Amino acid sequence: MTEVVSIVPALFVLALAGVLTARLPAGRVLIYGGSLVLCAGLLLAGFDALTSPVQHLRLPLGLPWIGTNLRLDALSGFFLIILGLGGGGASLFALGYGRHEHHPERVLPFFPAFLAAMAIVLVADDAFTFLFGWELMSLTSWALVMAHHGEAGNARAGFVYLIMATFSGLALLLAFGMLAGPLGGYAFDSMRAAHPGMGTAAVILVVALIGAGSKAGLVPLHVWLPLAHPAAPSHVSALMSGVMTKIAVYGFIRIVFDLLGPNQWWAGTVVLALGGITAVLGVLHALMERDIKRLLAYSTVENIGIVFIGLGLALAFRATGFQAGAALALTAALFHALNHTVFKSLLFFGAGAVLNATGARDMETMGGLIHRMPRTSFAFLAGCVAIAGLPPLNGFASEWLTLQAILVHPEMSEWGLKLMIPVDGAALALAAALAAACFVRAFGIVFLGRPRSEAAAQARETDSWSATAMLGFAALCLLAGIFPGVAIDAIAPVARGLTGARMPEQLTDAWMTIAPVAASRSSYNGLLVFGFVTASILLTVAVVHRLSRGVRRGPAWDCGFPDPTTASQYSGASFAQPLRRVFATVVFQAGETVTMPPPGDNRPASIVRRIRDPIWDTLYLPLGRGVGWVADRANKMQFLTIRRYLGFVFGALVVLLMALTIWQ
Amino acid sequence: MIYGFLAQLVQMTLILVLSPLLTGLVRKVKARLQRRRGPSVLQPYRDLRRLLGKEAVIADNASWLFRVAPYFVFAATWVAAALVPTFAANLMFSWSGDLIAITALLGSARFAMALAGMDIGTSFGGIGSSREMMIASLAEPAMLMIVFTVALIAGSTQLSTIAETMLNGHVGLRVSLALALIALIIVAMAENGRVPVDNPATHLELTMVHEAMVLEYSGRHLAMIELAAALKLTLYIAMIACVFAPLGMASGPGEIGADAIGAMAWLGKMAAGGVLLGVAETSVAKMRVFRVPNFLGAALMLGLLGVLLLFVSRGM
Repeated sequence: MTEVVSIVPALFVLALAGVLTARLPAGRVLIYGGSLVLCAGLLLAGFDALTSPVQHLRLPLGLPWIGTNLRLDALSGFFLIILGLGGGGASLFALGYGRHEHHPERVLPFFPAFLAAMAIVLVADDAFTFLFGWELMSLTSWALVMAHHGEAGNARAGFVYLIMATFSGLALLLAFGMLAGPLGGYAFDSMRAAHPGMGTAAVILVVALIGAGSKAGLVPLHVWLPLAHPAAPSHVSALMSGVMTKIAVYGFIRIVFDLLGPNQWWAGTVVLALGGITAVLGVLHALMERDIKRLLAYSTVENIGIVFIGLGLALAFRATGFQAGAALALTAALFHALNHTVFKSLLFFGAGAVLNATGARDMETMGGLIHRMPRTSFAFLAGCVAIAGLPPLNGFASEWLTLQAILVHPEMSEWGLKLMIPVDGAALALAAALAAACFVRAFGIVFLGRPRSEAAAQARETDSWSATAMLGFAALCLLAGIFPGVAIDAIAPVARGLTGARMPEQLTDAWMTIAPVAASRSSYNGLLVFGFVTASILLTVAVVHRLSRGVRRGPAWDCGFPDPTTASQYSGASFAQPLRRVFATVVFQAGETVTMPPPGDNRPASIVRRIRDPIWDTLYLPLGRGVGWVADRANKMQFLTIRRYLGFVFGALVVLLMALTIWQ
Repeated sequence: MIYGFLAQLVQMTLILVLSPLLTGLVRKVKARLQRRRGPSVLQPYRDLRRLLGKEAVIADNASWLFRVAPYFVFAATWVAAALVPTFAANLMFSWSGDLIAITALLGSARFAMALAGMDIGTSFGGIGSSREMMIASLAEPAMLMIVFTVALIAGSTQLSTIAETMLNGHVGLRVSLALALIALIIVAMAENGRVPVDNPATHLELTMVHEAMVLEYSGRHLAMIELAAALKLTLYIAMIACVFAPLGMASGPGEIGADAIGAMAWLGKMAAGGVLLGVAETSVAKMRVFRVPNFLGAALMLGLLGVLLLFVSRGM
């Protein structure tokens, strides 16, 4: 606890130092180096909190009658690990990447403050401190999103983000207000002690889902992610996608699993439904995207969906009294959250390196970077395999656990769960398969093939700081994939605290096999699978190279008609075309118009793709128009006489008094 | 212990050595049904030997990924195939991956193959990769739904445990299992690029999926890919046999007699599977590429229906 309490002010000092030294070259080293060290401190504090008893601290700051209550338990500790890991990685990457920043004074002061705000959210033990941290997190990240406000589209991104962040804060304020009850017990301890009635609990759940979900990127509240995450500098994008969405997940878990107490089974159904829709819709959006950073942001939406599927299962199992299943599902969700932090940060680092090397985010101008940027491409490939949920990397381990949680308990009596759980299983399977297609496309178009532009042909490898950060995270992907038992056992205290049960201990098995329930039921050994595949490759190479006659280079075969123009390659749009035809014609009403001039006509032929975002069109546009309409009407009230204003005040008073009379 | 290790080794070798024979058998059956004499069933071995002996010519701009991918595809498929019980359940390492892991390992292999198809930057490679991923995006969820069905009936995702449950005969006939079998056959056809989905015998024009993706490969790299394709076919037939017809499989502790019976039974099942596949491939026509999603969507829906039936029928 003392570590966190000293690290947070240190981060704020670093933010101040950022204001003063932003223009100096040493400023970058100071801020990011300092953040790196402090994040390492947060990481250690998190590890410490996983195993030690709950710690409380009360500081005489904040609201006078509450003070600032801080608490560090296993759940906070786990998310501190995520914050320390993601923040530390981003700082390390930025030590090199920050060199290319044209306006460091717009980034350096806010970066440590952003980290500090997230740390405050994690250790807050009363509503005021929590919301203070939450809003500070929104504001600092908004400032970082607006760092490049001159670029096209970024101002709009910042605007949409600000609205959604305000909305999220408002929803959480409501949730805490209802949790605190009429007596106003804003400390989390008194919220835990109070048990709201069924109706109130239902409203709190929905409001918490809106508040935390809009920060995390749950459909239909995800619209700001693909706008805001790409607009920020890449290391901040990594922090927003990799870490801030997890802080939102933490907020949801804290409110719903911890403060709200026992829940009804239908809560699980709601969360499961949202999670399934989010997972599939997120990855479908990502498949259609041509901007590499927007693609990654949409893929974050997908992964948040997977995390929420796990959380929904945990809620459902907890409500039906199946604690072991709840522990399994919660462990799967938390493990996937951790994994997503690692591989999504890695992928955003890679996208940043590519952005620096080619000056573009549009995938259709890239290609062939595997030759020019070998280290970046290797690390990015590891991230792609991990996020596609393929063994032996970490994404598979956590998705496998989630699938096991879906299968663990079919004997439910509630019809909502009976139908929703298998459907979510299908959604998860579909999302995983589409994610594989999405990241084959991302890696294949950006790094493979022939360069599609002069910039891509001249790209230079990134610096060693950035490369170290990326390769380090790639190594983490492998380690978490082949030793998932370590992570599962580390999460055990968190699961025990929230569900009253834990998964069986994994590390006792001699071969480090993970078995969620029992070995006869299901088991997976990432280490052995990795070992077998590696051994088979080495053996095969040894045998085959002895038998055969070596390799000769020649021009590409291409069925005898090689085309020298790079435009003849498959592009990102053409790669996605079959999938667009299969899935997006329904979901996004995608269509194509081909204009083919008749023979003899010299005009060029053209193909126009149309794609509509159903949620933006059916929810946000009417909402925006409605707000505009109301604002226009209300505008008239600006130009009334004083007599009429007094009349309004009188009328309002009468209405309120009447309402009060009827109420009583 | 030592016997267990040997049995595992035999399993890995058996499936590797026999898989080209199965491919040869299917080709022979198809040829006979088309009133051709067809090449010998040993022809795939000769092809492999010839490919291995040749120099591999790769494009000037091929990256390291292009050269590594064939070995990775082969190794991942081989490990996945070795995890499927053939003559005996409960082999020494059978617990290191369950049915979901086997599916995902094949997914890893496909991921590498699709990337390799895009490495040279030719339009054929791109079209192959793109279509392969489109087919996989439906076949993989369908496969997982089948896994769910079988796992819910057997109470386990371990193939060994599933095979033992099916062997015990307490399962009986179930609608879900029938749905899963149909779906699994559809998925197996798609995953192996067999006739209604893709044609393994031609390169161009109509098919343009798997064969277009590996167009740039030659020599030893192509040999690895061909062998991996044969292994995958063996894997799927072995998987169908293991789940739906485990008859004769040894399930107790390792014992030479039972294992030998299991091996004979397995060989018989594989031969039957090969003949059936040949007949099926001869009797249907290849589909247009954009009919394939409907075909696979049917498998996905059948699988989901099977799972839903199981969820609904429990706890009532």
